[in-house]
Amino acid sequence: MTRIARTAGATALLIALVAAPLSLATTTATATAPRASLTDVENDLMCTECREPLPVAQSPEADAERSYIRLLIAQGETKSQILQNMVAQYGTAVLGKPPAHGFNLTVYVIPPAILAAGAAILAFTLPRWRRRARAAARAPAASVPALDPADAQRLEQELSQFRG
Amino acid sequence: MRRFAIPAVAVFVAAGLLALLAFGVAHQGTSSSIDAKVARGDYPVAPGAHMQMPILGSSGRESLVDLRGKVVVINVFASWCGPCATEAPILEQEQRQLVKHDATVLGVTYLDNSSDSEQFVHQHGITYPVVRDVSGNFVRGFGATGVPETYVINRQGQVVALRREQLAGNWLQQTMTRILAQSA
Repeated sequence: MTRIARTAGATALLIALVAAPLSLATTTATATAPRASLTDVENDLMCTECREPLPVAQSPEADAERSYIRLLIAQGETKSQILQNMVAQYGTAVLGKPPAHGFNLTVYVIPPAILAAGAAILAFTLPRWRRRARAAARAPAASVPALDPADAQRLEQELSQFRG
Repeated sequence: MRRFAIPAVAVFVAAGLLALLAFGVAHQGTSSSIDAKVARGDYPVAPGAHMQMPILGSSGRESLVDLRGKVVVINVFASWCGPCATEAPILEQEQRQLVKHDATVLGVTYLDNSSDSEQFVHQHGITYPVVRDVSGNFVRGFGATGVPETYVINRQGQVVALRREQLAGNWLQQTMTRILAQSA
């Protein structure tokens, strides 16, 4: 067997060893989606009547939502299926995070836009402020006018009173 | 001039955000003006008349327009609502009288899932049609803030009476007698 053939064989074996557990993990993940829990699902939902997050809402409507979620969990639905079902029954108002379209899009667009604008303003102004501060520090004498001899003498007299 | 550029941009952005907030708040508001108009006798056209809503327990859909020409008592309810259960027999009793006068009760479920609503309808022996307002857009058009609420629509499709609390006493009976007499 040539050296090239041996290298190719070893590479193929290495790829097979690395890929086998990965493909097994992928298959397991797709075959058994995690079972939904009431706590996990209700964290993403609202009580539509009382307009409070479902985990903290205490009202007949919130109780009805919870019992419906329990029913769907018992039927074996996944979290995403349950959320879809809840939207179909109670409308999009039941979602804790509004869907990203229409006016609701502003919730997702505006905060990052403000952050980006703030960062841009800082990036623009901070170097200018620093340049000005450095320039002012470098030439302090130029900006302070020298005292004429009469004023210098008067200052010295007044200071000597305090020293005295 | 350049030193005012950044404050001007900041003010412009703040004004834009305030305008956006005002727009959002204005569109969340309820139409309490319906109450005032009805009280004045300036009856408004029923909102959302063309909105097709799924019929409970059926694949069909229905809108107020489909009932045009009839006097319609819209009752907004949910299965988890205690007062709704209390007033259900009053509405069912009234329905038996209304069908003789080309009028009907129309139940509208709100903030409720269909299986619980169907159970409610079965438990209370409700025979009038019931539709589901899943999005809540239909009842919000009436300014609904919760359940139960009841609106009376005349044959011209105008809101002529409403009650934003549980039906009690003879309110429904007296109101319907008056409205049916007016539209006879």
